[in-house]
Amino acid sequence: MKPPPFEYHAPRSLGEALDALAGAGEHGKVLAGGQSLIPLLNMRLVAPAHLVDINRLAELAAVDVEPGGVRVGALARHAAVERSGEVAAAQPLLRQALRLVAHPVIRNRGTVVGSLAHADPAAELPAVLALLKGSIRLARPGAVRDVAAEDFFTGPLESAMDPGELAVSAFFPAPPPRSGTAFREVARRHGDYALAGIAALVALDDEERITSATVACVSLGPVPVLVDVTEAVGHRPPESADWASAARAVQDRIEPEADIHATAAYRRHLAGVLTEQALRDAAREAVGA
Amino acid sequence: MTTKLFGEPVRRREDPRLLTGRGLYLDDLAPGALQAAFVRSPHAHARIRDIDVSAAIEVDGLVAIYTWEDLPGALAEPLPLLIPHPALTHGRTAYPLAREIVRHVGEPVVMVVARDRYLAEDACALIEVDYEILKPVVGVEEAAQSAQLVHADVPGNVGAHLVQEVPSTAGLGAREAIDAAPHTLAFRLDIERSASMPLEGRGVHARWDADDRSLRVHSSTQTSTSVRMAIAAKLGLPLPKVEVVAPDVGGGFGVKIVHPWPEEILVPWAAITLGREVKWTEDRREHFVSSAHERAQVQSVRVGFDDEGRILGLDVEILHDHGAYTPYGIIVPIITSTQLLGPYKIGAYRVEFSSIYTNTVQVTPYRGAGRPQAVFCMERTMDHIAEHLGIDRTAVRAANFVQPDEFPYDQGLIFQDGRPLIYDSGDYPESLRLLKELIGWDDFPGLKARAAAEGRAIGIGIGCYVEGTGVGPYEGGHVQITSDGRVHVSTGLTSQGQGHETVFAQIAAAELGVPLERVSVVTGDTRRFGYAVGTFASRAAVMSGNAIALACRKVKEKALRIAAEALEADPRDLEIVDGEVRVVGAPGSAIPLATVAVLSNPLRYAFDAEAARATQFAGASSFDRPPVAEGEEPGLEGRDYYSPIRSTFASGMHAAIVETDPLTAEIRILRYAVVHDCGNLINPMIVEGQIHGGVAQGVGGALYEKMVYDGHGQLLNASFMDFLMPYATEVPFVETAHLQTPSPLNPLGIKGAGEAGVIPVSAVIASAIEDAEGIRIDRMPISPSDLFDLRRAAPGRSTAGT
Ligand SMILES: Cc1cc2nc3c(=O)[nH]c(=O)nc-3n(C[C@H](O)[C@H](O)[C@H](O)COP(=O)(O)OP(=O)(O)OC[C@H]3O[C@@H](n4cnc5c(N)ncnc54)[C@H](O)[C@@H]3O)c2cc1C
Repeated sequence: MKPPPFEYHAPRSLGEALDALAGAGEHGKVLAGGQSLIPLLNMRLVAPAHLVDINRLAELAAVDVEPGGVRVGALARHAAVERSGEVAAAQPLLRQALRLVAHPVIRNRGTVVGSLAHADPAAELPAVLALLKGSIRLARPGAVRDVAAEDFFTGPLESAMDPGELAVSAFFPAPPPRSGTAFREVARRHGDYALAGIAALVALDDEERITSATVACVSLGPVPVLVDVTEAVGHRPPESADWASAARAVQDRIEPEADIHATAAYRRHLAGVLTEQALRDAAREAVGA
Repeated sequence: MTTKLFGEPVRRREDPRLLTGRGLYLDDLAPGALQAAFVRSPHAHARIRDIDVSAAIEVDGLVAIYTWEDLPGALAEPLPLLIPHPALTHGRTAYPLAREIVRHVGEPVVMVVARDRYLAEDACALIEVDYEILKPVVGVEEAAQSAQLVHADVPGNVGAHLVQEVPSTAGLGAREAIDAAPHTLAFRLDIERSASMPLEGRGVHARWDADDRSLRVHSSTQTSTSVRMAIAAKLGLPLPKVEVVAPDVGGGFGVKIVHPWPEEILVPWAAITLGREVKWTEDRREHFVSSAHERAQVQSVRVGFDDEGRILGLDVEILHDHGAYTPYGIIVPIITSTQLLGPYKIGAYRVEFSSIYTNTVQVTPYRGAGRPQAVFCMERTMDHIAEHLGIDRTAVRAANFVQPDEFPYDQGLIFQDGRPLIYDSGDYPESLRLLKELIGWDDFPGLKARAAAEGRAIGIGIGCYVEGTGVGPYEGGHVQITSDGRVHVSTGLTSQGQGHETVFAQIAAAELGVPLERVSVVTGDTRRFGYAVGTFASRAAVMSGNAIALACRKVKEKALRIAAEALEADPRDLEIVDGEVRVVGAPGSAIPLATVAVLSNPLRYAFDAEAARATQFAGASSFDRPPVAEGEEPGLEGRDYYSPIRSTFASGMHAAIVETDPLTAEIRILRYAVVHDCGNLINPMIVEGQIHGGVAQGVGGALYEKMVYDGHGQLLNASFMDFLMPYATEVPFVETAHLQTPSPLNPLGIKGAGEAGVIPVSAVIASAIEDAEGIRIDRMPISPSDLFDLRRAAPGRSTAGT
C-alpha cells in the first residue's frame, strides 16, 4: 500500500497553485487534508501524475462570516469550522453536521472544501451545501466562477469541477429568519459515514406556522438528494404538522442502494425515521429562534 | 510466595516504552534493508498460464523477482502441515509461492525485492500474470455440496471428518437419549468469519552474515523457536547458525502462531541469495487476504431435556469452513467440539464435524480459537430450553452445572492437546451467583417493564464458558543472577503486548526475594532460550510462569547453599529479603545476592573489585574439594521446564444489558458484566486488561466484524473502511469480578486468562437481543439492518415508525 510515483508540487501562492494545476490538467490532483486522497493513492485506486499540495496557502484558510452567510476557504479544516462560535451563530447546521464527520483527528486535517470537492454522497457537507443552496467558487488562471450546489454534485465522487480547476472556497448561506436546522443520521459506528442521514431546514411565519420545510439526504442516492416537503407537512404549526407524510415523500424520492452494511429497504426505512426526527428537531429550533 | 509481589496490580513495565513510541516493531528495524513486496492472486481460483516480468525489470531500483520456479530444494515443497491428526485425511498446505494453481484471492505468486517498498510495489504492478480462471467454491454449505473442487484430489472438499461421542451413564447414545427425552428441540446456528487483525501485521527481516555463515531473522511471530527450526529445515542450515528474534510485536491474537508463513522463509532465503538485508512488512490489505481468518461455522443442533431443563442428550453437527488450506490442522473445530460442553454435565453427547475447503483465506485459530462458536452453540441451546420450558435462563444453566465437589471432572472427550478433557477445578454455582449479583439479574424484569413504559426495549443476556488453557507440551525458564545483583530471566515463548515483562518479573521477584526493579525479562529470543513452543491457548502465564518459578527455586536453593557456607549457617535457617540472604532472626548476618553470585563462579582473573573476592588467592574455603564441587556448575543460574499432564480449565460467565432502538434497530450495550476465574491471579490489573480487550473483540464479533465474500470469492471489505472493528466508543465499560479457584495442576495454582474475554460475547449479546426483541437470534454477528429484517419477518410484528 504505497502510492505510485507522482510529481509533487508545493506552491507558495494561489497563483502558483493555479498554474501548477492548469499545467497538469487531467493528470493533476489537489492535495488538501489528504484524509480521502491519501488512502486512494496508497491503494493505487488513483494515480495522478501531479499532486498539487495546497497546505502552504495560508490565504485559503480563512473562514469569513459575511452578512449573507459563511464563506469557508479551501484550507479551513473541519475542526476550525466546527469550533468557531461565530460560524455556529451564523449557520448552526455546519456545526451540527461537522460533529458527525469522522473523528476529531480526522477533522483536524480534513477540509470542508475538500469534502465538497470529493463529492461523496455519503458525506455530510455536500448535503449541507445542497440544503442551504450554497455554492462553490472554482478558480483557474485568470478565471473564477461560482457553481450552485444543485449543479455542482453530478454523481458519486463526480462534480462539475473541470480538470485543472481549484475550489477556492464554499459559501453557506445564512438561514432565513424564524428557521431552524437539524442533522440526524445512523452510522454503524461512532464517526463512520452514515448508512442514512437527513439534514433538515424548517422556516416559520410570524404565527409560527410552517412556511417551508426541506431536507437533504445522505447516502440515499448518487448525489445529495434535496426534497422540498413543505406541501406534505402543511402550512401548520409544528405540533400539528404531518411529519409522517413528509417522511413518505422523502422515501418516494430517494434511490437507496444495498451494500454490505445495509439493505436498500433498511436505508429507505431509516430515511423515513430520520426525516421525521430531523424535521421535528429543526422545527423545535425554529420555534425558539 | 515469599513477598507480596505475586498477586499485586503492579503497573505494566513495558508500557512507558510502548506508549511513548520507543517500542521496536518489525518495521522499525533495519531502515536500510532491501524491501520485498508480493504479487498476489486477484482470483479465488485460477491456473497460472504465464508470468511476464519484462516490464517490471525496467523499474529503477529493482533487485530481484522470484516465482515458484526459482525456489530451490525444500523451499519448493508445500509448507508444513503443523498439526497432523488422523481425522485430517486430506490436509493440504500452500506453496510459498503459488505453483500452477491459486486457491484464494491474495495467494502469493511472485516475490519482488527492490531498494524500497515503493519501487517494489511499482514493479509488482508491472508484472503480468496470465490466469485461466477456474470456478471458485465459496460458502461452506455450497462447498459441501459442490461438484467443484478446491483441491482436485480432495473429494467433496472434505479435509477432515471427526465424530466424538460420549454415551450417558446408562449407556445411551446421544441420539437415543434425545429420542427418549421428554422434550426435544432442533435448530440451526450460523457464525460468520472474522479475523485476528492485530494492529501490527506480520513482518520479517533477515540478515545473512556471509563470513560467519549465520542467519539472524526477526519475525513478528508468536513462536520464534519454531520459526527458527522451520527456517533451518527449509533452507538446509545448521540450527546453531540460525537465530530468530521476536521484537516488540503489535498484537498476534493467533494469526502469528501459524508458521512458517511463506514470507518467513522467502525473506531469509532472499537475504542469503542476495547477500543483503531484506525486510518485508505486511500491509493491511495483505493481512486481510493473505494471512488467516476464523470463526465461520454452520451448526445443526438437536437436544433432549427433562422438565428442569437438564440436558439428557445433545447432538451437534458442524460444518467448519477451513478456507483453502489447513496448515494448522483441525485444532479449531476440535476445540469447538470439545469446549462446547462448557461448565455443564450433559447426559449423552455426540459431535460431528466436517472441515470443508473453500476458495477463501485459510482458517487458523483467532483468540478464543473455536470456543466462541462452541459457547454460542451451547448457550443458545440453554436459552432455547429455558424459553421452551418457560423457566429462568439461569435456572436451566444451574440445573446442568458440574458441581464444586465433582472435580476433577472427566468430560470423556479428547482435547486439542491429544489428552483427556478433565476439568481440574472450578466453582460454577458461585460464579453464577456473583454474576447475577453484579448485573442485577433478579431485578431486571422490573427495569425492563419500566423501560417498556417509556417506549424503550431492553434485554438481558448471559453466557458461560470453560476454557482449556495452558496446553503443553512444555515451556522453560532460565534465571541468572549476575555479580551486580541483577536478575536476568528468559523464556522462549514470545510476547505480543500481554504484559509478560511484568508478570514474569513479578514471579521471579517474589520467588527470589529481590526487588522488582532488579529483574529483567527477555522473551522470544532464541539466542537467550532455544526451547519453547509459543504463545497461544492462554498458555504463557501457566507454562512459562511456572517454568520460571521452578527455575527461580533452583537458583534460590543454590544461592542459599553458597550463602550458608559463607555465613557458616544452615541453609534451612536462611531467607532472601530485598536481594540479601539473611539468617532468619539474626539481623546483621547477611550477604547480598550479588556477592553470592561472585562466590558461585570461582575465578582466576579479577575484572573488578567484587570479582577479586572469587579469585584464587582470595582464600579458598577448603583445599579438599575442587573449586567447582562435584555436581555443581559455576554461576548463579538455573534452568527448568514445566510440562503439565494436561490443560488447566479456567471459566467465566458474562452478562449484558442491551437496548434496541424500536425505530432505527440500532443496538446499544448498556452494561456488561464479567465474572472470571483463572485460579490464582499473578496481577489482577493485567488480567482485567486482558478481559477488557477480549470483550472488545467479542463485541466486534457480535455486532460488527464479518468478512464478506461474494460469489466469485472476492473479499468485499478488505480494509478498515468496511471491515468494522469496534472503536472505543462502541465498547462498553466492563464490570469485572474475580473468583479464584486455584489449579491443582501447577506449582503457582494459575490458569490462563488471555483469550477468556472474547469467548462468550456473541452468545451473551444474542441472548440479550433476543430478550429485548422476543425474536430468535441464531446468527451472529447482527447489524441493525439484520435486526430490521428479522423484525419484518417476525410473525405478528409490524415495524414501528414509518
Ligand atoms: C476514517 C475516516 C472517516 C471519515 N468519515 C467521514 C464521515 O463520516 N463523513 C465525511 O463527510 N467524511 C468523512 N471522512 C472524510 C473526511 O471528511 C475528508 O477529510 C474529506 O472527505 C476530504 O477532505 P480532505 O481535505 O481530507 O481532502 P483530500 O483527501 O485532500 O482530497 C479529497 C479529494 O478532493 C480533491 N480536493 C480537495 N480539495 C480540493 C480543492 N480545494 N479543490 C479541488 N479539489 C480538491 C482532491 O484532489 C481529492 O480528489 C472520513 C475520513 C476518514 C479517513
